[in-house]
Amino acid sequence: MKTLPLTSSQTVGPFFAPTLLRTDAVRNVLVQPETVGERIRIEGRVLDGDGVPVPDALVEIWQANAHGCYNHPAEQEAGPLDPSFVGFGRSGTENEGLYWFETIKPGPVPFDQERWQAPHICVTVFARGLLNHLVTRLYFEDEPTNAGDPVLQCVPEDRRATLLARREAGDIAAVYRFAIVLQGPNETAFFNL
Amino acid sequence: MNQITIGDIVRGDREVFPPYLYEAYQSTRRRAPMLPLIEVPLTLSELTGPGSAISAITPEDADLTRNAGTGDEAIGQRIIVTGRVLDDRGTPVPNTLLEIWQANAAGRYLHKRDQWPGPLDPNFLGMGRCLTNQEGVYRFLTIRPGAYPWLNHPNAWRPAHIHFSLFGPSMLSRLVTQMYFPDDPLHQLDPILNAVPTEAARKSLIAVYDHGITESEWALGYRWDIVVRGAAATPFDSKERER
Repeated sequence: MKTLPLTSSQTVGPFFAPTLLRTDAVRNVLVQPETVGERIRIEGRVLDGDGVPVPDALVEIWQANAHGCYNHPAEQEAGPLDPSFVGFGRSGTENEGLYWFETIKPGPVPFDQERWQAPHICVTVFARGLLNHLVTRLYFEDEPTNAGDPVLQCVPEDRRATLLARREAGDIAAVYRFAIVLQGPNETAFFNL
Repeated sequence: MNQITIGDIVRGDREVFPPYLYEAYQSTRRRAPMLPLIEVPLTLSELTGPGSAISAITPEDADLTRNAGTGDEAIGQRIIVTGRVLDDRGTPVPNTLLEIWQANAAGRYLHKRDQWPGPLDPNFLGMGRCLTNQEGVYRFLTIRPGAYPWLNHPNAWRPAHIHFSLFGPSMLSRLVTQMYFPDDPLHQLDPILNAVPTEAARKSLIAVYDHGITESEWALGYRWDIVVRGAAATPFDSKERER
């Protein structure tokens, strides 16, 4: 079937923040008081090939709710939607290259008729110097179903650890620390998606 | 822009999308990934997406000539920028969020990190947004941005451009890009535009002057259609694996 050529990508550049991070467009906090699920905080730094924090990156996340359902028309599992949870987050980074989200741990999402995916969060990274955005996933290091996750299995074993967020105790909620390394020996495994 | 080293890591179609490493654009050098991208199957996680999930959009948001809220109008050549958002099968993408930002008519961004001596315009924020209608059509009223000087190489000037961010129907359709204006002599000197690998793909970023959009004694019209990956897309054809 003949398809239209796609429009190409260009860098987000250095000046996106007033628009993409304006008060009503930034989304560090995904939860409301009535949102169902285990509260977690996700945070980490975006680092360049010299290990230097990237202070002008944009990180977006997309995730299922606590029941493993996405708030989207294509969701055919017809599992319960949570009206108080959209599942989209958007954070800038600052001088230490830090981004953060307050959200809930997503439930497992189906892979096909028989298999399930381990709980995960889709991560997209934009920055000056990135001519196209980067796509990866965050998985939870303490999640026993990771071993059977069909997407994680596609990642070479020696790079899989770059997708595992490390659990730390937090004041209110568990903190999962997830560094995004753009380049270098510990480079995050990015996807061709 | 003497020595141009072009990296091998590309997300998506190599005929369309720029490589991550394009040394003539210096900021790519320490930020481009160097290891192969992972081929993964498409799942519900990629075939869904946030849609128009961000905030309440008002009609005023799409009028950059007046949305500074000062009661006065921005200085510059008034332009209408409109077009359709389509998926790769040509199906219009309705109700999707577009966010745009741009320099003012003098080429200056309202941003603390832009300090070159171009004048600021107190009546221009350079930010706008709108949703596509049921036919996938978006429309902005703004002023034509000036060229913007940057420090990438000696006497470097970015051609006039407007930044676009859009979501489309799924995670596959997420796109951040830039729209350029026709007949700009700076195009051939710009490493960011020239990082796009083919003439056809570069052309897809350049709006067309359309006299049918131009309004008498009001504004010049430019048409720019945007094509994003559809939710029914197959995984990117991996030329990586064939190499």
